[in-house]
Amino acid sequence: MGKYVCSICGYVYDPEAGDPDAGVAAGVPFEKLPEDWVCPICGAAKDEFAPE
Amino acid sequence: MKNTFKAVPVTEDVWWVGAIDWNIRDFHGYQTRRGSTYNAYLIVADKITLIDTVKAPFREEMMARIASVIDPGKIDYIVSNHSEMDHSGALPEVIAALNPKKVFASAVGAKTLKELFLIDREITAVKDGETLSLGNRTLTFMETRMLHWPDSMFSYLNDEELLFSQDAFGMHYASVERFADECDPAVLTYEAATYYANILLPYSPLVLKLIEKVTAAGLSFRIIAPDHGPIWRKETGGIIGSYAKWAAQKPEAKAVVVYATMWRSTEKMARAISEGLAAGGLHAKLMEMGAAHRSDVAYELLGAGLLAVGSPTLNNHLLPNIADVLTYLKGLKPKNLIGAAFGSYGWSGEAVKEIEEVLVEMKVEKAGEVIRVKNVPNAETLSRCYELGKTMAEKVHCRL
Repeated sequence: MGKYVCSICGYVYDPEAGDPDAGVAAGVPFEKLPEDWVCPICGAAKDEFAPE
Repeated sequence: MKNTFKAVPVTEDVWWVGAIDWNIRDFHGYQTRRGSTYNAYLIVADKITLIDTVKAPFREEMMARIASVIDPGKIDYIVSNHSEMDHSGALPEVIAALNPKKVFASAVGAKTLKELFLIDREITAVKDGETLSLGNRTLTFMETRMLHWPDSMFSYLNDEELLFSQDAFGMHYASVERFADECDPAVLTYEAATYYANILLPYSPLVLKLIEKVTAAGLSFRIIAPDHGPIWRKETGGIIGSYAKWAAQKPEAKAVVVYATMWRSTEKMARAISEGLAAGGLHAKLMEMGAAHRSDVAYELLGAGLLAVGSPTLNNHLLPNIADVLTYLKGLKPKNLIGAAFGSYGWSGEAVKEIEEVLVEMKVEKAGEVIRVKNVPNAETLSRCYELGKTMAEKVHCRL
Protein backbone atom coordinates (compact mmCIF):
# COMPACT_ATOMS: atom_id res chain seq x y z
CA MET A 1 0.00 0.00 0.00
CA GLY A 2 1.59 3.24 -1.19
CA LYS A 3 1.42 6.75 0.19
CA TYR A 4 -0.14 9.50 -1.92
CA VAL A 5 0.78 13.17 -1.80
CA CYS A 6 -1.54 16.12 -2.36
CA SER A 7 -0.23 18.26 -5.22
CA ILE A 8 -1.89 21.35 -3.76
CA CYS A 9 -0.73 21.47 -0.14
CA GLY A 10 1.75 18.61 0.29
CA TYR A 11 -0.33 16.48 2.71
CA VAL A 12 0.60 12.80 2.53
CA TYR A 13 -2.11 10.16 2.77
CA ASP A 14 -0.63 7.21 4.62
CA PRO A 15 -2.88 4.13 4.32
CA GLU A 16 -1.38 2.76 7.52
CA ALA A 17 -2.80 5.75 9.39
CA GLY A 18 -5.99 6.30 7.37
CA ASP A 19 -7.92 9.53 7.94
CA PRO A 20 -9.82 8.97 11.19
CA ASP A 21 -11.32 12.49 11.24
CA ALA A 22 -13.08 11.66 7.98
CA GLY A 23 -14.10 8.20 9.18
CA VAL A 24 -11.43 6.38 7.17
CA ALA A 25 -9.96 3.56 9.22
CA ALA A 26 -6.29 2.63 9.23
CA GLY A 27 -5.43 0.17 6.49
CA VAL A 28 -7.55 1.66 3.68
CA PRO A 29 -5.46 1.99 0.51
CA PHE A 30 -5.70 5.31 -1.37
CA GLU A 31 -7.46 3.61 -4.29
CA LYS A 32 -10.24 2.43 -1.96
CA LEU A 33 -10.98 5.88 -0.51
CA PRO A 34 -14.49 7.08 -1.35
CA GLU A 35 -14.61 9.20 -4.51
CA ASP A 36 -15.87 12.19 -2.52
CA TRP A 37 -12.99 11.99 -0.03
CA VAL A 38 -11.00 15.21 0.05
CA CYS A 39 -7.61 16.24 1.38
CA PRO A 40 -8.02 16.85 5.14
CA ILE A 41 -5.73 19.89 4.98
CA CYS A 42 -6.78 21.77 1.87
CA GLY A 43 -9.95 20.11 0.61
CA ALA A 44 -8.45 19.03 -2.74
CA ALA A 45 -10.19 16.17 -4.55
CA LYS A 46 -8.63 12.72 -5.00
CA ASP A 47 -7.53 13.51 -8.55
CA GLU A 48 -5.10 16.11 -7.19
CA PHE A 49 -3.09 13.32 -5.51
CA ALA A 50 -0.12 11.46 -6.93
CA PRO A 51 1.90 8.50 -5.62
CA GLU A 52 4.64 9.71 -3.30
CA MET B 1 -7.05 58.99 17.79
CA LYS B 2 -10.61 58.76 16.45
CA ASN B 3 -10.25 62.41 15.42
CA THR B 4 -7.37 61.37 13.17
CA PHE B 5 -8.22 57.94 11.80
CA LYS B 6 -11.72 57.74 10.35
CA ALA B 7 -13.75 54.85 9.02
CA VAL B 8 -14.67 54.94 5.33
CA PRO B 9 -18.22 53.98 4.31
CA VAL B 10 -18.44 51.10 1.83
CA THR B 11 -22.24 50.87 1.91
CA GLU B 12 -24.78 52.40 4.28
CA ASP B 13 -24.06 49.75 6.93
CA VAL B 14 -20.54 48.60 6.11
CA TRP B 15 -17.40 50.55 6.97
CA TRP B 16 -13.75 50.06 6.15
CA VAL B 17 -11.87 50.20 9.46
CA GLY B 18 -8.47 48.87 8.41
CA ALA B 19 -4.95 50.28 8.44
CA ILE B 20 -2.53 51.60 5.85
CA ASP B 21 1.04 50.26 5.98
CA TRP B 22 2.94 52.65 3.73
CA ASN B 23 6.35 51.24 4.54
CA ILE B 24 6.22 47.45 4.35
CA ARG B 25 8.53 46.19 1.63
CA ASP B 26 8.86 42.49 2.35
CA PHE B 27 6.11 39.89 2.74
CA HIS B 28 7.94 36.62 3.43
CA GLY B 29 10.12 37.11 0.38
CA TYR B 30 7.62 38.96 -1.83
CA GLN B 31 8.79 42.53 -2.37
CA THR B 32 5.93 44.98 -1.81
CA ARG B 33 7.23 48.21 -3.32
CA ARG B 34 3.93 50.02 -2.92
CA GLY B 35 3.32 49.02 0.73
CA SER B 36 -0.01 47.48 1.67
CA THR B 37 -3.23 47.86 3.61
CA TYR B 38 -4.75 45.51 6.15
CA ASN B 39 -8.47 45.79 5.61
CA ALA B 40 -10.95 45.17 8.40
CA TYR B 41 -14.65 45.85 7.98
CA LEU B 42 -17.40 46.83 10.38
CA ILE B 43 -20.98 45.79 9.68
CA VAL B 44 -23.30 48.04 11.65
CA ALA B 45 -26.28 45.66 11.70
CA ASP B 46 -28.48 44.71 14.68
CA LYS B 47 -25.56 42.50 15.68
CA ILE B 48 -22.52 44.69 15.12
CA THR B 49 -19.86 42.59 13.44
CA LEU B 50 -16.17 43.07 12.75
CA ILE B 51 -14.75 41.18 9.77
CA ASP B 52 -11.07 40.42 10.30
CA THR B 53 -8.62 42.66 12.12
CA VAL B 54 -5.18 44.04 11.27
CA LYS B 55 -1.51 43.32 11.85
CA ALA B 56 -0.70 43.75 15.55
CA PRO B 57 1.20 47.10 15.39
CA PHE B 58 -1.81 48.69 13.63
CA ARG B 59 -4.41 47.78 16.27
CA GLU B 60 -4.82 51.35 17.57
CA GLU B 61 -5.38 52.68 14.06
CA MET B 62 -8.14 50.12 13.52
CA MET B 63 -9.71 50.77 16.92
CA ALA B 64 -9.72 54.53 16.23
CA ARG B 65 -11.47 54.02 12.90
CA ILE B 66 -14.06 51.80 14.59
CA ALA B 67 -14.55 54.40 17.33
CA SER B 68 -15.24 57.05 14.68
CA VAL B 69 -18.46 55.12 13.88
CA ILE B 70 -19.57 53.31 17.05
CA ASP B 71 -18.46 52.57 20.58
CA PRO B 72 -16.16 49.55 19.98
CA GLY B 73 -17.56 47.95 23.15
CA LYS B 74 -20.80 47.42 21.23
CA ILE B 75 -19.25 44.92 18.82
CA ASP B 76 -21.21 41.66 19.16
CA TYR B 77 -19.37 39.38 16.76
CA ILE B 78 -15.94 39.08 15.20
CA VAL B 79 -15.44 36.95 12.08
CA SER B 80 -11.93 35.80 11.19
CA ASN B 81 -11.87 34.91 7.50
CA HIS B 82 -8.13 34.26 7.50
CA SER B 83 -5.93 33.54 10.50
CA GLU B 84 -2.62 34.77 9.04
CA MET B 85 -1.10 37.37 11.38
CA ASP B 86 -1.50 40.36 9.07
CA HIS B 87 -5.26 39.93 9.64
CA SER B 88 -5.36 38.35 13.07
CA GLY B 89 -2.37 39.88 14.87
CA ALA B 90 -4.61 42.38 16.64
CA LEU B 91 -7.30 39.78 17.37
CA PRO B 92 -6.21 38.52 20.82
CA GLU B 93 -6.01 42.05 22.24
CA VAL B 94 -9.25 43.10 20.55
CA ILE B 95 -11.02 40.06 22.03
CA ALA B 96 -9.57 40.81 25.46
CA ALA B 97 -10.54 44.50 25.29
CA LEU B 98 -14.02 44.16 23.79
CA ASN B 99 -15.16 40.72 24.94
CA PRO B 100 -17.47 40.16 21.95
CA LYS B 101 -20.34 37.70 22.35
CA LYS B 102 -18.89 35.37 19.74
CA VAL B 103 -15.86 34.93 17.51
CA PHE B 104 -16.34 32.94 14.29
CA ALA B 105 -13.87 31.21 12.00
CA SER B 106 -13.78 28.14 9.76
CA ALA B 107 -13.15 24.83 11.55
CA VAL B 108 -9.47 24.95 10.58
CA GLY B 109 -9.37 28.69 11.37
CA ALA B 110 -10.71 28.14 14.90
CA LYS B 111 -7.98 25.60 15.52
CA THR B 112 -5.25 27.69 13.88
CA LEU B 113 -6.12 30.86 15.83
CA LYS B 114 -5.88 28.93 19.08
CA GLU B 115 -2.53 27.49 18.05
CA LEU B 116 -1.17 30.85 16.92
CA PHE B 117 -2.29 32.99 19.84
CA LEU B 118 -3.20 30.54 22.61
CA ILE B 119 -6.57 32.32 22.80
CA ASP B 120 -8.32 31.08 25.90
CA ARG B 121 -11.91 31.33 24.78
CA GLU B 122 -14.26 29.54 22.47
CA ILE B 123 -14.01 30.28 18.77
CA THR B 124 -17.15 29.13 17.00
CA ALA B 125 -16.37 27.03 13.95
CA VAL B 126 -18.65 27.63 10.97
CA LYS B 127 -19.22 25.31 8.03
CA ASP B 128 -19.24 25.93 4.29
CA GLY B 129 -22.64 27.40 3.37
CA GLU B 130 -23.63 28.13 6.98
CA THR B 131 -25.44 31.40 7.62
CA LEU B 132 -25.26 33.77 10.56
CA SER B 133 -28.11 36.13 11.34
CA LEU B 134 -27.05 39.64 12.28
CA GLY B 135 -30.70 40.54 12.94
CA ASN B 136 -31.52 42.76 9.97
CA ARG B 137 -28.68 41.28 7.88
CA THR B 138 -27.41 37.79 7.06
CA LEU B 139 -23.87 36.59 6.52
CA THR B 140 -23.13 33.39 4.58
CA PHE B 141 -19.79 31.64 5.03
CA MET B 142 -18.00 29.93 2.18
CA GLU B 143 -14.95 27.74 2.76
CA THR B 144 -12.05 28.60 0.44
CA ARG B 145 -9.54 26.15 1.84
CA MET B 146 -5.96 26.70 0.73
CA LEU B 147 -6.77 30.04 -0.86
CA HIS B 148 -4.27 30.56 0.39
CA TRP B 149 -4.16 28.90 3.83
CA PRO B 150 -6.13 25.83 4.97
CA ASP B 151 -8.30 28.05 7.21
CA SER B 152 -9.30 30.59 4.55
CA MET B 153 -12.97 31.40 4.05
CA PHE B 154 -15.16 34.06 2.47
CA SER B 155 -18.07 35.82 4.17
CA TYR B 156 -20.91 37.08 2.01
CA LEU B 157 -23.36 39.74 3.10
CA ASN B 158 -26.45 38.52 1.30
CA ASP B 159 -28.60 41.65 1.12
CA GLU B 160 -25.77 43.85 -0.07
CA GLU B 161 -24.25 41.17 -2.37
CA LEU B 162 -20.98 42.09 -0.74
CA LEU B 163 -18.17 39.54 -0.62
CA PHE B 164 -15.53 39.77 2.09
CA SER B 165 -12.92 37.82 0.18
CA GLN B 166 -9.93 37.95 2.59
CA ASP B 167 -6.70 37.71 0.54
CA ALA B 168 -8.36 36.75 -2.76
CA PHE B 169 -8.84 39.61 -5.24
CA GLY B 170 -6.51 41.76 -3.13
CA MET B 171 -3.16 43.39 -3.71
CA HIS B 172 -0.34 45.01 -1.80
CA TYR B 173 -0.98 48.65 -2.51
CA ALA B 174 -0.97 51.40 0.12
CA SER B 175 -3.08 54.37 -0.92
CA VAL B 176 -5.46 56.92 0.55
CA GLU B 177 -8.01 55.82 -2.05
CA ARG B 178 -10.16 52.98 -0.72
CA PHE B 179 -11.89 52.01 -3.94
CA ALA B 180 -10.47 50.51 -7.11
CA ASP B 181 -12.39 52.96 -9.31
CA GLU B 182 -10.41 55.80 -7.69
CA CYS B 183 -7.01 54.25 -8.53
CA ASP B 184 -4.82 54.14 -11.63
CA PRO B 185 -6.04 51.04 -13.54
CA ALA B 186 -2.50 50.21 -14.75
CA VAL B 187 -1.27 50.06 -11.15
CA LEU B 188 -4.23 47.86 -10.16
CA THR B 189 -3.61 45.42 -13.02
CA TYR B 190 0.08 45.18 -12.21
CA GLU B 191 -0.32 44.84 -8.44
CA ALA B 192 -3.25 42.40 -8.64
CA ALA B 193 -1.28 40.20 -11.06
CA THR B 194 1.86 40.42 -8.90
CA TYR B 195 -0.20 39.40 -5.88
CA TYR B 196 -1.74 36.46 -7.72
CA ALA B 197 1.63 35.31 -9.03
CA ASN B 198 3.33 35.49 -5.63
CA ILE B 199 0.54 34.28 -3.33
CA LEU B 200 -2.17 32.34 -5.15
CA LEU B 201 -0.50 30.76 -8.17
CA PRO B 202 0.23 27.38 -6.48
CA TYR B 203 -3.47 27.00 -5.71
CA SER B 204 -4.69 27.79 -9.21
CA PRO B 205 -6.62 24.47 -9.57
CA LEU B 206 -8.63 25.45 -6.48
CA VAL B 207 -9.22 28.96 -7.86
CA LEU B 208 -10.72 27.46 -11.02
CA LYS B 209 -12.95 25.14 -8.97
CA LEU B 210 -14.09 28.00 -6.76
CA ILE B 211 -15.02 30.19 -9.73
CA GLU B 212 -16.94 27.22 -11.17
CA LYS B 213 -18.72 26.70 -7.84
CA VAL B 214 -19.84 30.32 -7.36
CA THR B 215 -20.89 30.57 -11.01
CA ALA B 216 -23.00 27.41 -10.66
CA ALA B 217 -24.52 28.77 -7.44
CA GLY B 218 -25.51 31.93 -9.36
CA LEU B 219 -23.99 34.20 -6.73
CA SER B 220 -23.52 37.78 -7.77
CA PHE B 221 -20.99 40.11 -6.27
CA ARG B 222 -21.89 43.78 -6.33
CA ILE B 223 -18.93 44.62 -4.13
CA ILE B 224 -15.76 42.65 -3.40
CA ALA B 225 -13.97 43.74 -0.26
CA PRO B 226 -10.58 42.03 0.05
CA ASP B 227 -8.17 42.11 3.01
CA HIS B 228 -5.45 44.02 1.11
CA GLY B 229 -5.64 46.96 -1.26
CA PRO B 230 -8.65 48.72 -2.76
CA ILE B 231 -12.29 47.58 -2.70
CA TRP B 232 -14.00 46.64 -5.98
CA ARG B 233 -17.42 48.36 -6.00
CA LYS B 234 -18.11 49.52 -9.58
CA GLU B 235 -17.28 46.42 -11.52
CA THR B 236 -16.33 43.05 -10.06
CA GLY B 237 -16.36 40.91 -13.21
CA GLY B 238 -12.98 42.22 -14.35
CA ILE B 239 -10.94 40.98 -11.41
CA ILE B 240 -12.82 37.64 -11.33
CA GLY B 241 -12.12 37.25 -15.06
CA SER B 242 -8.44 38.02 -14.49
CA TYR B 243 -8.31 35.32 -11.78
CA ALA B 244 -9.88 32.80 -14.17
CA LYS B 245 -7.25 33.69 -16.79
CA TRP B 246 -4.27 33.59 -14.44
CA ALA B 247 -5.45 30.33 -12.86
CA ALA B 248 -5.82 28.66 -16.28
CA GLN B 249 -2.10 29.37 -16.95
CA LYS B 250 -2.54 29.14 -20.68
CA PRO B 251 0.86 29.92 -22.18
CA GLU B 252 1.30 33.10 -24.20
CA ALA B 253 4.02 34.18 -26.62
CA LYS B 254 6.19 35.26 -23.75
CA ALA B 255 9.51 33.99 -22.37
CA VAL B 256 11.48 34.68 -19.22
CA VAL B 257 15.26 34.29 -19.15
CA VAL B 258 16.57 34.28 -15.58
CA TYR B 259 20.29 34.26 -14.92
CA ALA B 260 23.14 35.23 -12.65
CA THR B 261 26.64 35.99 -13.76
CA MET B 262 30.16 36.26 -12.32
CA TRP B 263 32.35 37.57 -15.14
CA ARG B 264 29.67 38.14 -17.80
CA SER B 265 30.03 34.82 -19.66
CA THR B 266 26.63 33.46 -18.60
CA GLU B 267 25.23 36.92 -19.30
CA LYS B 268 26.47 36.82 -22.89
CA MET B 269 24.74 33.46 -23.31
CA ALA B 270 21.52 34.79 -21.74
CA ARG B 271 21.49 37.77 -24.07
CA ALA B 272 22.09 35.61 -27.14
CA ILE B 273 19.26 33.25 -26.10
CA SER B 274 16.86 36.14 -25.53
CA GLU B 275 17.77 37.64 -28.94
CA GLY B 276 16.90 34.26 -30.49
CA LEU B 277 13.62 34.09 -28.54
CA ALA B 278 12.68 37.58 -29.74
CA ALA B 279 13.64 36.70 -33.32
CA GLY B 280 11.32 33.72 -32.94
CA GLY B 281 8.46 36.06 -32.14
CA LEU B 282 8.34 35.87 -28.36
CA HIS B 283 8.18 38.75 -25.93
CA ALA B 284 11.39 37.89 -24.06
CA LYS B 285 12.18 39.27 -20.63
CA LEU B 286 15.80 39.09 -19.50
CA MET B 287 16.23 39.11 -15.72
CA GLU B 288 19.62 39.16 -13.97
CA MET B 289 19.13 38.18 -10.35
CA GLY B 290 21.43 40.91 -9.06
CA ALA B 291 19.02 43.44 -10.57
CA ALA B 292 15.63 41.70 -10.52
CA HIS B 293 13.75 40.56 -7.43
CA ARG B 294 12.37 37.02 -7.16
CA SER B 295 8.83 38.37 -6.92
CA ASP B 296 9.33 40.26 -10.20
CA VAL B 297 10.30 36.96 -11.82
CA ALA B 298 7.10 35.39 -10.45
CA TYR B 299 5.11 38.27 -11.98
CA GLU B 300 6.80 37.94 -15.38
CA LEU B 301 6.27 34.19 -15.40
CA LEU B 302 2.49 34.63 -15.18
CA GLY B 303 1.30 33.75 -18.67
CA ALA B 304 4.79 32.91 -19.94
CA GLY B 305 5.33 29.85 -22.10
CA LEU B 306 9.03 29.45 -21.49
CA LEU B 307 11.55 29.68 -18.66
CA ALA B 308 15.29 29.58 -19.39
CA VAL B 309 17.64 29.60 -16.42
CA GLY B 310 21.39 30.23 -16.48
CA SER B 311 24.10 30.19 -13.86
CA PRO B 312 27.86 29.94 -13.73
CA THR B 313 29.35 27.44 -11.29
CA LEU B 314 30.69 28.73 -7.99
CA ASN B 315 32.48 26.23 -5.75
CA ASN B 316 30.80 23.32 -7.57
CA HIS B 317 27.28 24.75 -7.26
CA LEU B 318 24.98 27.29 -8.83
CA LEU B 319 25.12 30.92 -7.70
CA PRO B 320 23.17 31.59 -4.48
CA ASN B 321 20.70 34.04 -6.04
CA ILE B 322 19.75 31.46 -8.69
CA ALA B 323 19.20 28.87 -5.95
CA ASP B 324 17.03 31.50 -4.25
CA VAL B 325 14.79 32.23 -7.23
CA LEU B 326 14.51 28.55 -8.19
CA THR B 327 13.44 27.58 -4.67
CA TYR B 328 10.86 30.37 -4.73
CA LEU B 329 9.52 29.48 -8.19
CA LYS B 330 9.37 25.77 -7.39
CA GLY B 331 7.01 26.56 -4.50
CA LEU B 332 4.77 28.64 -6.77
CA LYS B 333 4.23 25.60 -9.03
CA PRO B 334 3.89 27.38 -12.38
CA LYS B 335 2.37 25.14 -15.05
CA ASN B 336 2.59 24.62 -18.81
CA LEU B 337 6.17 25.81 -19.14
CA ILE B 338 8.92 24.57 -21.41
CA GLY B 339 12.50 25.57 -20.76
CA ALA B 340 16.23 25.07 -20.74
CA ALA B 341 19.28 25.41 -18.54
CA PHE B 342 22.56 27.03 -19.54
CA GLY B 343 25.72 28.44 -18.00
CA SER B 344 29.44 28.99 -18.08
CA TYR B 345 32.08 27.52 -15.79
CA GLY B 346 35.78 27.62 -15.03
CA TRP B 347 36.67 23.99 -14.30
CA SER B 348 33.84 21.74 -13.06
CA GLY B 349 30.47 23.18 -14.17
CA GLU B 350 27.87 21.50 -11.93
CA ALA B 351 25.47 24.46 -11.89
CA VAL B 352 23.70 23.63 -15.15
CA LYS B 353 22.93 20.11 -13.98
CA GLU B 354 21.58 21.48 -10.71
CA ILE B 355 19.30 23.85 -12.63
CA GLU B 356 18.12 21.01 -14.85
CA GLU B 357 17.22 18.92 -11.81
CA VAL B 358 15.05 21.72 -10.43
CA LEU B 359 13.39 22.26 -13.81
CA VAL B 360 12.53 18.55 -13.94
CA GLU B 361 11.11 18.78 -10.43
CA MET B 362 9.06 21.80 -11.55
CA LYS B 363 7.77 19.75 -14.50
CA VAL B 364 9.21 22.27 -16.96
CA GLU B 365 9.42 20.36 -20.23
CA LYS B 366 12.87 20.38 -21.81
CA ALA B 367 12.74 22.61 -24.90
CA GLY B 368 16.21 22.31 -26.34
CA GLU B 369 19.86 21.44 -25.90
CA VAL B 370 21.65 22.24 -22.67
CA ILE B 371 24.49 24.64 -23.35
CA ARG B 372 27.49 24.67 -21.02
CA VAL B 373 30.59 26.60 -21.89
CA LYS B 374 34.03 26.64 -20.34
CA ASN B 375 35.29 30.11 -19.42
CA VAL B 376 34.02 32.39 -22.18
CA PRO B 377 31.50 31.74 -24.97
CA ASN B 378 33.00 32.22 -28.42
CA ALA B 379 31.08 33.37 -31.49
CA GLU B 380 30.09 29.80 -32.37
CA THR B 381 28.69 29.15 -28.88
CA LEU B 382 26.77 32.41 -28.90
CA SER B 383 25.35 31.49 -32.27
CA ARG B 384 24.20 28.16 -30.76
CA CYS B 385 22.58 30.10 -27.92
CA TYR B 386 20.77 32.32 -30.43
CA GLU B 387 19.59 29.27 -32.40
CA LEU B 388 18.45 27.63 -29.15
CA GLY B 389 16.33 30.71 -28.49
CA LYS B 390 14.80 30.54 -31.96
CA THR B 391 14.08 26.80 -31.72
CA MET B 392 12.49 27.17 -28.30
CA ALA B 393 10.36 30.08 -29.56
CA GLU B 394 8.99 27.83 -32.31
CA LYS B 395 8.10 25.23 -29.70
CA VAL B 396 6.25 27.81 -27.62
CA HIS B 397 4.29 28.90 -30.68
CA CYS B 398 3.22 25.28 -31.25
CA ARG B 399 1.73 25.21 -27.76
CA LEU B 400 -0.30 28.43 -27.99
